[in-house]
Amino acid sequence: MVGAHWLTLTDVTVRRRGKTLLGPVSFALNGSGLTILMGPNGAGKTTLLRAIHGIERLNDGRIEWHDPQDADGRAQGFVFQQPVLMRRSVLDCIAYPLRLDGQSAVQAREAARAAADEVQLRVNLDQPVFLLSGGEKQKMALARALVRAPRILFLDEPCANLDGHAIIEIEEILNRVRAGGTRILMSTHDQGQARRLADSVLFLHKGQLVEQTEGREFFSTPRTEAGRAFLKGEILL
Amino acid sequence: MNSIGEGLWQAAQLIVQLDSDLVEITSLSLRVSLGATIVASAIGLPLGAWLAVNRFPARRLVIALLNALMGLPPVVVGLMVYVIFSRSGPLGVLGLLFTPTVMVIAQVVIITPIIASVAHQAIRELWADYHDLLISLQATRWQRIRTLLWDGRRALMTASLAGFGRAIGEVGAIMIVGGNIDHATRVLTTAIALETGKGEFEMALALGFVLIGLAIAVNLALHFLSRTERGARW
Ligand SMILES: Nc1ncnc2c1ncn2[C@@H]1O[C@H](COP(=O)(O)OP(=O)(O)O)[C@@H](O)[C@H]1O
Ligand SMILES: [Mg+2]
Repeated sequence: MVGAHWLTLTDVTVRRRGKTLLGPVSFALNGSGLTILMGPNGAGKTTLLRAIHGIERLNDGRIEWHDPQDADGRAQGFVFQQPVLMRRSVLDCIAYPLRLDGQSAVQAREAARAAADEVQLRVNLDQPVFLLSGGEKQKMALARALVRAPRILFLDEPCANLDGHAIIEIEEILNRVRAGGTRILMSTHDQGQARRLADSVLFLHKGQLVEQTEGREFFSTPRTEAGRAFLKGEILL
Repeated sequence: MNSIGEGLWQAAQLIVQLDSDLVEITSLSLRVSLGATIVASAIGLPLGAWLAVNRFPARRLVIALLNALMGLPPVVVGLMVYVIFSRSGPLGVLGLLFTPTVMVIAQVVIITPIIASVAHQAIRELWADYHDLLISLQATRWQRIRTLLWDGRRALMTASLAGFGRAIGEVGAIMIVGGNIDHATRVLTTAIALETGKGEFEMALALGFVLIGLAIAVNLALHFLSRTERGARW
């Protein structure tokens, strides 16, 4: 599990309208596999994911990718909490990133079909994406994020609006993606899901990184009061 | 009034027989308004999209200007265009006054703000939806604009149609700059005004029916477009 660092954050800070949403946060990631960002609502999970992906302006601090291949935004897939729906067919939504890369429509659609298959999105791919169910939309977003074969995959509470069966399906897909060597950074406030998936855990609270642990240690032996309270299901203020 | 019934009957005959004056007037109307719609769309659609996607210092000013232009009475636009193109005006040397060309120019001035404003609204909504995704996927500026124009194409057609609908029914500006000259610059609206003034109701009514038909066709198309948009069919 432990290898060289591939990502280092130093004093990363995001402020908006005079309010500090995040930071200063410093940490490094070295393991492969799946890193879970935990924390109550408003802790800054979304802000941190977006900052690392480079779509949130930093007010302070540095984010360093140690491999230039990782640093390329095109090598990073991002699944937003609310899937972004383009006014296109399911297939064309998934193919879109490849169209941006200059692939022909035929090529891109073929790859999109494969990606839909990979996430077991078994619907009529020619229908408008608006007509899909919540779980199917999330799978579409996942397929779209995977279609460029990313080295890093970000997921922002991908299961927040899903029911049990859809959650299990998404988790199975993530397990396969991880097995394929893609590093995953995923936020969730669902402890059960975090316990099932985490290779390492970052625990955020009020915009601060409170704990960083390898494996699932966080769940058995949280080191901070906030962590303990969070795991016990207490409301953190 | 008996003459109205008669007028209706004769108007129907003029239309069915494709009366040559009627055809000539209708076709000039269509050419002028379509020409104006094409030119105004070429300016207004990209302008609207540009305003939706880019933040620049003068943006609010441009939007305020568009809104002000939208509120200008067509007669006043006609007057200004007339002054500019009149013999002693700055562009008088072009000799365009009382030609279809200057009618197109006046209509472009009138409908470009409408088209730009409708397009701006639509693309702004689309951009709000797409923003995060397009940034995340590292779409270039040009790719973003192209994606928004393509996925917003129905809304953009709606904008152009709205402009066309406004142009085809417009009378004030076109009367002033075109002069309503027979076989030269006479269009549906100006001809109706003239024929009504002369008491020639059958011709006026026949022209009116054509105009109503065109207006209904435009509105049906608008209705159809907005329905397919809402029904998410494309
Ligand atoms: N653009 C913004 N402007 C102001 N406040 C924001 C903005 N985006 C998020 N916030 C606030 O920042 C805090 C952290 O948000 P977020 O990262 O979404 O937390 P989480 O994903 O952990 O729920 C929240 O209090 C949220 O209300
Ligand atoms: Mg969030």
